This record gives sequence, structure tokens and C-alpha cells, in this order.
Amino acid sequence: MSDERTFELAGRRLRSRLILGSGGFRSLTDLEHALVASGSEILTVAMRRLDPRSQGSVLDVAELLGVDVLPNTAGCSTARDAVRTAQLAREALGVDWVKLEVIGDERTLYPDAIGLLEAAELLVEDGFTVLPYTNDDPILARRLESLGCAAVMPLGSPIGSGSGIRNPSNIRRIVEQATVPVILDAGIGTASDASLAMELGCDAVLLASAVSRAADPALMARAMRLAVEAGFAARQAGRIPVREYALASSPDEGRAVL
Amino acid sequence: MRVVVNGETVEAREGATIAELVERLLDGSGGRGVAVALEGEVVAQTDWEATVVNPGQRLEVLTAMQGG
Repeated sequence: MSDERTFELAGRRLRSRLILGSGGFRSLTDLEHALVASGSEILTVAMRRLDPRSQGSVLDVAELLGVDVLPNTAGCSTARDAVRTAQLAREALGVDWVKLEVIGDERTLYPDAIGLLEAAELLVEDGFTVLPYTNDDPILARRLESLGCAAVMPLGSPIGSGSGIRNPSNIRRIVEQATVPVILDAGIGTASDASLAMELGCDAVLLASAVSRAADPALMARAMRLAVEAGFAARQAGRIPVREYALASSPDEGRAVL
Repeated sequence: MRVVVNGETVEAREGATIAELVERLLDGSGGRGVAVALEGEVVAQTDWEATVVNPGQRLEVLTAMQGG
């Protein structure tokens, strides 16, 4: 059991079960410090129009720290857009993996299940390693896995909401059936949410806002690293069952009569 | 002729290639990690020199940014 501390994702052997999103940081320096404190080996990035005036690049930070860059299709609302964006990312970065997002609604940023399946199928056919951001829906997760996705990444609650895991039972169902890694992908607000994700059996946690928008991003990144480790260890350790009534921990025998 | 680069209409010479237009946009800045779509279709970097942009066509020049 103890040597299951590393895990494999898309052909990579990873020591850290925390994946950091690069969005929302106030500066590249904040991102750099948080990335170091998080221990993350993967950093997600978005594809946007080139602005020659912008100073520095998220790619420089990733390279400096030896962290792999995982492009996403954030902001795409159709399968077509998502596929094009993934193809552009592959061209730009020379990587064939993608965090697939097909967003159905601006207010909730929930995935569009139909568009997501369509895009996943096209990208797998095109040779991509597809890591889909998905609803906390066990059936959809199964469909994505059967299409050949390399992981399933269910949301805990809406992106950036900090609401934690609203439906832990569904996350448990997804974990039970999955034969690919399950990565809790959105809604984490604080350390206990990340621990819960791991205690539910997720293989890893992906988060951005909880760290990048915290008052002290580097400190929260450290908290998340510890929380993911703690939650994973607790899962491996095998927790005691939840009981309605007390179970004394001191022996009944040998009690004095006073 | 006029072409649309990243949503902005710009003046370019007839027969301008993707390579020229990207070069101009970069304006001396690095340019690593850049990808291009012409009229929504991805064009590999190896084809930039040989691909002429026609009047009115839309060129999107993207790179990795903070996000997600």
C-alpha cells in the first residue's frame, strides 16, 4: 500500500497529487511562489490571443521550475471551438495532452455534457491524451472513460465558487467505477475540501482560485499540499466506521468501585 | 490589402504570408509557444512561410497565458 504514493497520469509518474491551475494570480511572482509551495508537477494554462506588450510568460515560470504545462480549452462553449483550441495548444506547446473544457453556461460554468462527449471523441481520434473537466455525474464519467479519456475530472462545485464538494456520494460513485485516475477539478475553497476529495478516493486534486485568490497564495498552496497528502494518507489508512453512538476507547475491565 | 489579425484590421502587402504577419505582431518579442489559425483552421508553423493570407481573411495568433 505504502508505495502507492506516486500515481500515473497520461504516462507520467507523479509524486504530487496536486495539480495547480495558473489562473487568477495577481502576478507571475505570486504564481511562482505558490507553485513552489504546492509541490505540483503540472501547471494548467489557457490559450489566448498573443499580446506582444505583455511582460514575461507563464511558460517561463513553468520552465524555470521544471513543471509540465497542461493546456486547457477554457472559455470554449462548443466541441468545435474546444477541438480547435486543443489543436492550437498542441502546435504552440508541442504537447498532445489537453484539459478538455466545454462550457455550457456562463453563470455556473457547468460542462456541456453533449459537447464534451463530442469533443472528447474527436480529440481521442486525433491522437490527444484527453483529460476532461466533467460534471459530478457517474454515467457521464463512464461514457468519457469508454471513449478513451486518460482521466475523469469531476467538479466538486462550480469553478471559482469555493463551495467545496457538494455531492460527495457522486464523487464516491465515480471513484468506485473508474479504471482511470479521478481528479477532483473545481470548487475547492480551502484545505479541508482538498482532504475530503482525497478521502473520497480521488487520485488527485486540481485547483486554481482557492490558491491564486487567497490573501496569501503561497501559504494556501502549502496548506493544499499538506491537505492532499493528509487526505490521501487517511484514505490509505482505512478510517473507522461512522457510528451513531459512542464506543468507549478505555477498557471497561479493571474499573475501580468508588 | 486588409486582413484581420487577432480581431484588429491591419494593412498588409498583397501576398503577405502568415510568417510575415506573425513576425510583425511579435514586434521583436520572443514568440515561443505561438500557434496560428487562418479562417479558423490551424496552420502548422512549418507552413507559415508558404501560406499567403488573402484580403479580408482572419488570422488568430495564440499563446499560453495564465488560466484554468
